[in-house]
Amino acid sequence: MPAAFEVNHMYAAQMKNITKTFGNLVANDDINFELKQGEIHALLGENGAGKTTLMRILYGLYRADAGAIYINEKPVQINSPRDAIDHGVGMVTQHFTLVPPLNVAENVVLGALKSIIIKPKEIEQKVAAASAKFGIPVKPKALVRHLSVGERQRVEILKALFRDARVLIMDEPTAVLVPQEVEALFKSLRELVAKGLSVIFISHKLNEVMTICDRITVLRGGKMAGTVDRIATSEKDLAKMMVGRETFGVKRQDIKTSGNPVLTIDRLNLVDEQGINRLKDITLELRRGEILSLAGVSGNGQAELVKILTGLKKPTSGQVILNACDITGACPAAITIAGMGRTPEDRHSGVVGELTVEENLALESLEDYLKRGVLDRKGIRENARRLIDEYNIKAFPGDKVRTLSGGNMQKVVMARSLSRKPCCVLAAQPTRGLDVGATEYVRGKLLEESERGAGVLLVSEDLEEVLELSDRIAVIYEGRIMGIIPAEEATEEKLGLMMAGVKDQDGEKVS
Amino acid sequence: MSKLRLEKAPAPAWVRPIIPLLAILVTFIITLVFIVWVKANPLHTYYYFLIAPFTSTVTLIELLVKATPLFLTGAAVAFAFRAGYYNIGAEGQLTAGAIIGAWLGVALEGSSAWVALPAMIVGGFLGGVAWALIPALLRVKLKVDEVVTTLLMNSVIVFLVSYLLNGPWRDPISMWPQSPDIAESAKFITLLPRSRLHFGFILGIITILVIWFIISRTAFGLKMRAAGSSAEAARFAGVDVEKTILFTALASGGIAGLAGVGEVAGIHFHLIQGLSSNLGYTGIIVATLGSLNPFGVGIAALFIGLIDTGSLTVSRALGVPVYLGQVVQAALLLVTLGMFLLANYRLKREG
Repeated sequence: MPAAFEVNHMYAAQMKNITKTFGNLVANDDINFELKQGEIHALLGENGAGKTTLMRILYGLYRADAGAIYINEKPVQINSPRDAIDHGVGMVTQHFTLVPPLNVAENVVLGALKSIIIKPKEIEQKVAAASAKFGIPVKPKALVRHLSVGERQRVEILKALFRDARVLIMDEPTAVLVPQEVEALFKSLRELVAKGLSVIFISHKLNEVMTICDRITVLRGGKMAGTVDRIATSEKDLAKMMVGRETFGVKRQDIKTSGNPVLTIDRLNLVDEQGINRLKDITLELRRGEILSLAGVSGNGQAELVKILTGLKKPTSGQVILNACDITGACPAAITIAGMGRTPEDRHSGVVGELTVEENLALESLEDYLKRGVLDRKGIRENARRLIDEYNIKAFPGDKVRTLSGGNMQKVVMARSLSRKPCCVLAAQPTRGLDVGATEYVRGKLLEESERGAGVLLVSEDLEEVLELSDRIAVIYEGRIMGIIPAEEATEEKLGLMMAGVKDQDGEKVS
Repeated sequence: MSKLRLEKAPAPAWVRPIIPLLAILVTFIITLVFIVWVKANPLHTYYYFLIAPFTSTVTLIELLVKATPLFLTGAAVAFAFRAGYYNIGAEGQLTAGAIIGAWLGVALEGSSAWVALPAMIVGGFLGGVAWALIPALLRVKLKVDEVVTTLLMNSVIVFLVSYLLNGPWRDPISMWPQSPDIAESAKFITLLPRSRLHFGFILGIITILVIWFIISRTAFGLKMRAAGSSAEAARFAGVDVEKTILFTALASGGIAGLAGVGEVAGIHFHLIQGLSSNLGYTGIIVATLGSLNPFGVGIAALFIGLIDTGSLTVSRALGVPVYLGQVVQAALLLVTLGMFLLANYRLKREG
């Protein structure tokens, strides 16, 4: 057996002048990325910065429009994951690709065996040997469905190494892990790198990157923001590179923070099925006429909080009061009636694509469109005409919603919930993936809502948006509120640090 | 080097309605092989399949008789599928309706038709509901896949029927494994003299109109379509998805149960083993061929009725096996499903 990994080139992988577009969206714009032999290299950036796209190109899942890939300083063509594996590139994705009913050994060798007949003993020995060689402890005979997330990830890593990977891409590997598992993962990675493996570590968490990586390449909006050495940078600098802008859009002028509370979230906790504490003592108060933003890097508990507030999940403990009415654990319909206007994080889960625009617009308040038990189709159509006009939706009432653009879909969702004049508006990532015009429209609408007197809770990871719209800003990190600051005191830098888990003012780290 | 690749791209909306017609055409091209195999003249065969049944009143009526239970089983399946509940159990639910029909038909001896007929209809519906209940609850409460459970329930009822016919219900006079004949007043009236076309035909038409009305004109129908095409979005908009699916699943079972009553009260007048002869499964073909649209179901049921009648005519006229009709039906289902699936994709050449 060869000594773990061969080391005889300066660069394990290079990606030169990579450009990739999806329709009008430039996901990667002339990116240069170089991975040295035996280093852990972070690929850092906000969601949508193009990290995953770049790595999918390296792994053969996408093909670049322009640019070249070099492995061991030789130009190569990578057209499929098969090619990537043949060139020694392995990838561990966020969503594992293991087969739960099979055991660990079977999963590891799956697709890598040349023989037709499988001898269980033999493959178990092989996998145990590989486990020892790479220092990744796995139980070859255990069924994958009995394993924890951390153990499954180890199997994924071993699977890649078993296929002779010399470059390992890890797409946000810590997103699914609990802190102890993160520790174990970092330990294994360090050992593997010492043996000559090269690792690309995709992340948007500054602290992790500073802990584990040797060099860091930052992407911003599909472009290179730069590559830096860990020792020559700081979390602060990285946050600046990640966010990038020196100047911001116009902030709102009339900041109001008084008014009666419309939504009170009191010590909300959520422990999920895997026993992970997703929300820790979340306490927030949203007042009439204000826009309160919940900023944070996605995956820090926002999605769970939104699900609880929209009635799609029940909290483990804590209370949610809307308009003096306890809505903790109530169903979505009851929460709507209590006065919540909601736009979901993923707009495709807010509209039914196979139904028409008019049907979607009426779906939340069908009881208003009944005439002796029969749907009042005229009323539904009139309602649709009015809302299409008012919200400037580019569609006909009878169009199927799935044929609409993202912006128009979002307008349908907003028109439906806002037309009920809710006293509390919950907008979760309302402009993600929208073009400039639609984004502006949505933001204007949220301002209008607050002027009408509604309390607006804006969940967003777009700092520009947060700074432009908010009266107050709360930052969430690992399920905990890091602090709430008035908008006039907020800067991107300050927020960026809080979003990365660094406490306000004193700069103290929270573990 | 150029490679062909499937790419996801839905076909334009106007394509979908013509898919069943294209499927029929493709099916006939495929079944050509079998027709040639049994040494029949393809043109003659197609003539007897498609045209001959229209040339005599007897076969024309027979076509409607064959279509009658299919209106109901097709409607049952289409109704459930629209809500995203894949009820494969119409076969068993139909049989449950038939059992209740056979029991009530005897128990109502002596009562007038005004009492007996509504009782038969309601009873048959409830029989189907009862047989649909367990899979529906398992799906809604425990997320057990209804495709498996409804299918298995079909086998269970075969044994229940067998027990009844060989035990308590065995005809005391003939000792055949069949239940006693039902009372005259409980029999469905015939629509045309000296024919087997019974009241079930009208019941089928009414059912199709009713489910069309529910699906497209009521709040429940809209909720059910929302739940069927995107449960997540429906839940977000405040639809009680579980309740909606439960009601739909039970109603679907009830409609299939009506088909069972029709077979007992209009055709056989007693319960026999294998009474359904796959009417429930054929309902899946009918629903799919009809694009899950109630009126489409009506047309598809008539078309399958035509093929059924035609296959008898073909075998009588040309001496080919009756089973040719079943081959045509099965091929038709596969081709239709395949074409619906492929309508979401486009072949792209890359290189």
